[in-house]
Amino acid sequence: MTSTGKSPWLIHYDAASCNGCDIEVLACLTPMYDIERFGIINTGNPKHADLFLVTGSVNEQNINVVRQIYEQMPDPKVVIACGICACTGGVFRDCYNIYGGVDSAIPVDVYAPGCAIRPEAIIDAVVVGLGILEERRAALDAGAALDAGAALDPKEA
Amino acid sequence: MSVASFIISLFGFTILAPLAGGLLAGIDRKVTARLQSRVGPPLLQPFYDVAKLWHKERWTVNNYQGFYVLMSLVFAIIAGVIFFAGGNFLLVVFILTLSTLLFVLAAYSTRSPFAEMGAEREIVQVMSYEPMVIIMSVTYYLAVGSFNTNAVLTLGRPIITYLPLVFIGLLFILTIKFRKSPFDLSYSHHAHQELVKGISTEMSGRTLALVEVTHWYENILFLGWVGIFFVWGSWLAVLLTVVALVVVYFLEIFIDNNFARVKWSAMLKWAWLVTIVCAVVNMASLNWSWLG
Ligand code: SF4
Repeated sequence: MTSTGKSPWLIHYDAASCNGCDIEVLACLTPMYDIERFGIINTGNPKHADLFLVTGSVNEQNINVVRQIYEQMPDPKVVIACGICACTGGVFRDCYNIYGGVDSAIPVDVYAPGCAIRPEAIIDAVVVGLGILEERRAALDAGAALDAGAALDPKEA
Repeated sequence: MSVASFIISLFGFTILAPLAGGLLAGIDRKVTARLQSRVGPPLLQPFYDVAKLWHKERWTVNNYQGFYVLMSLVFAIIAGVIFFAGGNFLLVVFILTLSTLLFVLAAYSTRSPFAEMGAEREIVQVMSYEPMVIIMSVTYYLAVGSFNTNAVLTLGRPIITYLPLVFIGLLFILTIKFRKSPFDLSYSHHAHQELVKGISTEMSGRTLALVEVTHWYENILFLGWVGIFFVWGSWLAVLLTVVALVVVYFLEIFIDNNFARVKWSAMLKWAWLVTIVCAVVNMASLNWSWLG
């Protein structure tokens, strides 16, 4: 595993969640689950983050926020949908203002279902996400060696 | 400061300080985790973090930010080299302030409201600790008779015996310099405390990696400032200094974990109050002992 897999910093965004999943995400930081064991830091800043944890479904109000946070994260990055709302829209699916899961706004890499999602499931999803993160870093490094300018252009991402 | 000591310090500090500083940060995070009854990250976690940041995509908000951060790092190294070569302490203080101001400029140059807020807080921090640092150099001169840091080696006893209150004042402002709670107003190492990420909000990838490394260099330099209080012309000094550094750093971690962040006005008020009391009483007692 490279340093990218050993130091995944995450940003958590609460889309249209009932707050159930948010509390579980925060529970991961407590001494009980202690995700800092894996080098994970909860940054509040997309520019520092590698993992994007979204809870809740996407609606008219927050679709642009989700997109903006995603775009502000430098590569390599991985998106994890936490909870069934974030995966598919869940109980809010048929509401008039709901688009659906997070994948209706941005590409999602890992779907972690549950209502509310359990902290163990979040940790499992992050571990799966780390594998993807490693692949992306390898691709980025290889691309950077071939053509530094093009691969590092934010608009290409 | 002879040429030989300068060259030794140049290579020694430039190469060893980031290794020691990164390790110190790792120990810090481990001890912090244990104080919170967590397992905590691996000891080498700070190195993984910096290595990861180095491999992130290279974005920059403008063309100057990276330059300012780099120069901030360079001046922090120069300050450390002069200090450990036995050079002029006052010069070290001013160069280090320059390094901090370049870091502030880097944040201001982005025109981001969050980074600017962090930069303003950083300036308040500088205002809070700078008087104590200047007074420390002046009282150092009064006690030793020279601004050169290698002058302590000629003393018969460590300067903590002349400047006990100045040492306490230094400990107080070190909490600001180490960016520890309750005074970590502009940039905190704890999760998600300030407005986005304070002064470093707009820094990412390699720029942020340089910020971390600058911080490691600075921390080692500050430990040098603590250590100089316990050094005198005897081999016992090594032992005493090591013990003092361990105690002081643990105290900083302990304070970090037990105090909530204060408002900037409280920080400024307390820092200046401690500075004035410590400085006046200690300077008076120094003069008294000269008279007597
Ligand atoms: S999955 Fe359940 S707990 Fe989570 S946000 Fe949706 S409704 Fe709430």
